[in-house]
Amino acid sequence: MLKEGSQNNFMEMVIERAGLLDIYEKVVSGKRLSKKDGIRLFETNDICALGFMANKVREEKNGQYAYYIYNQHINYSNICTNLCKFCAFGKRAGDDKAYLMSIDEIIEKIKERMDEPIREVHIVGGCHPDLPYSYYIDMLRAIKEVRPDIHIQAFTCVEIAHIAQIGGKSIEKTLEELVEAGLGSIPGGGAEVFSTRIRQKLCPEKLPGNKWIEVAKIAHKMGLKSNATMLYGHIETIEERIDHLLALRQAQDETGGFMCFIPLAFHPKNTELNEIAPTSGIDDIKNIAVARLILDNFPHIKAYWVMLGPKIAQLALSFGADDLDGTVLEEKITHMAGAETSQALSNREIEHLIKSAGRIPVERDTLYNVINVIS
Amino acid sequence: MISPVVKKIEEGKRIDEKEALTLFNDLDLHTLGQLANKIRFQKNPHPIVTYVIDRNINYTNICISGCKFCAYYCGPEKPGGYVLSFEELGKKIEETKALGGTQILLQGGLHPDLPLSFYEDMVRFIKSYNIHLHGFSPPEIIHFSKISALSIKEVLERLIEAGLDSIPGGGAEILVDRVRKKIAPKKATASEWLEVMEAAHRLGLKTTATMMFGHIETIEDRITHLSKLRKLQDKTGGFTAFIPWPFQPGNSAIECESATAFDYLKTLAISRIFLDNFQNLQASWVTQGYKVAQISLFFGANDFGSTMIEENVVAAAGVSHRLSEKDIRRHIRACGFEPRQRLMDYTIVE
Repeated sequence: MLKEGSQNNFMEMVIERAGLLDIYEKVVSGKRLSKKDGIRLFETNDICALGFMANKVREEKNGQYAYYIYNQHINYSNICTNLCKFCAFGKRAGDDKAYLMSIDEIIEKIKERMDEPIREVHIVGGCHPDLPYSYYIDMLRAIKEVRPDIHIQAFTCVEIAHIAQIGGKSIEKTLEELVEAGLGSIPGGGAEVFSTRIRQKLCPEKLPGNKWIEVAKIAHKMGLKSNATMLYGHIETIEERIDHLLALRQAQDETGGFMCFIPLAFHPKNTELNEIAPTSGIDDIKNIAVARLILDNFPHIKAYWVMLGPKIAQLALSFGADDLDGTVLEEKITHMAGAETSQALSNREIEHLIKSAGRIPVERDTLYNVINVIS
Repeated sequence: MISPVVKKIEEGKRIDEKEALTLFNDLDLHTLGQLANKIRFQKNPHPIVTYVIDRNINYTNICISGCKFCAYYCGPEKPGGYVLSFEELGKKIEETKALGGTQILLQGGLHPDLPLSFYEDMVRFIKSYNIHLHGFSPPEIIHFSKISALSIKEVLERLIEAGLDSIPGGGAEILVDRVRKKIAPKKATASEWLEVMEAAHRLGLKTTATMMFGHIETIEDRITHLSKLRKLQDKTGGFTAFIPWPFQPGNSAIECESATAFDYLKTLAISRIFLDNFQNLQASWVTQGYKVAQISLFFGANDFGSTMIEENVVAAAGVSHRLSEKDIRRHIRACGFEPRQRLMDYTIVE
């Protein structure tokens, strides 16, 4: 029950009118939301009531801080055996648009930006059929050699499983060797929607949902931190979204190794699903808000501006998100799917977005250690 | 505790300028959105979001005003200036009608040499296509009055006689002369802008009103702007809608950060709360993109504006969003609203 007198609060009145008081009571008393609660939250059109609740949790967990990181993206190859229907990036070997960066080329990219205070290099690529196991190990070693202080966040759970298979090694052994070569943490991609129905329809070749979670849990048990994503806005149902979030919540209960959840808006352009309309602004902020409310054991929710655009990402800071990701240079995956966002935001632009939303910009490292609080 | 100003708004009472400042300074985005949304549904109870199919025709870009925020104009002595021929105009109108367009939004620069008769002829020509003509923002009317040595009322009467149907709310920028002196020193003053609108309303013309914010103005200036509009609307009731939109700094002579989406939603919501005598508020997808425009439907806006078959001025500032009627209808539906085409006076096209 709400505390006596608090009924007077205007937004609580609004939440009551919206028929969400029982959920709100759970939120304020720290009780877990159920699957049914999650579905009701997605179905509400009381956007401000939903945002208010998500913001309450956001401020409890992260106060007024809004994080960003100074990072560099490297997509080493788009050659991929999975060729998921929602992807505009992956290409068959031999395709006109297929590319593979040699380790020398990757090092060149790193060297180009040695004078910038980059904290993280973020590396994601396709599941390349022919690259040897040593390519991945050598890549990490070479980067660490030229830039020893940089944190390498590399290879989604899908790539890890692929690399392990290529090397004929277990996930544990593969991770152990990648870490030794310089791997710092694992990005959250490849989760898509865990539902078997969705994966069979859209990405039958891809690592199944339960295996994705298994790789993440193994990594966590070895002390590696990772992120988690969900690709929404294609053919998934609301229920499948909630099931996805609940699976992540359960895994997090077991390991505590996830740092951040990142809802990813599907970009249909140049994919096999290009007849599907791009997501609405309302769906974008609902996904942020509902994730913040369901994932009570995730410290951070990221509004990835590359996918959402700076404007929606900024608004998301009032709907549950506490992180805008980074300065990001040379992102290819979303841009090949028609993202109209620019390739990079300067620190100054990111700080302006955050301050103008009434929050405190905080530069972080990959593991959410505070580098600099910008007052 | 509910703050006194929230209580006042909840009870449907009018708030003053000081209270509006409290909204800007002390209230969170969700509370503002909620209050604005409630008023939106009190004013327009049906879950309908309207839009208009029209074309923005800029008859000339030659302009002696030289406003610092404008990326579109061309000084009279500079190359690149144009005046549309009637033949070009006719073609654009035909295209508009073919796309189901119901009106022409006609605006242009303050051309130093064209006589009032040119504009009268242009109005007559456009009206020969039997289409609603929403034309000439107040600075243009003031300019016509100067070049013709006729009063504002006389200019309006001549244009109405030629067929002018309504007047767009452009050129309002911020209705505070201290701000106007800095960003648009040669443009109509705040009181001149209001004088044109009052005269137009008294002659039976409906008009809209705009506010261009997020440059050098203060929050107090924004509130003064809203207050002047509300006062005139009390007198005449001639405004059909209010359209706030953030300044786009690209290619202009003002260097500043563009107003963010957060500032936009907040300003929109406060406008909805403050302008209790305005029936309609438009979302600005042209400057904000369709996604923020969708969210603004929950922060006080009940109209998606125009399909903008042609838009030149914002595009010149490097901002280019394009939406077809089909897109607009889909974006409205995606938010749970029913899209309905409307006319300038907000009657629904059946």
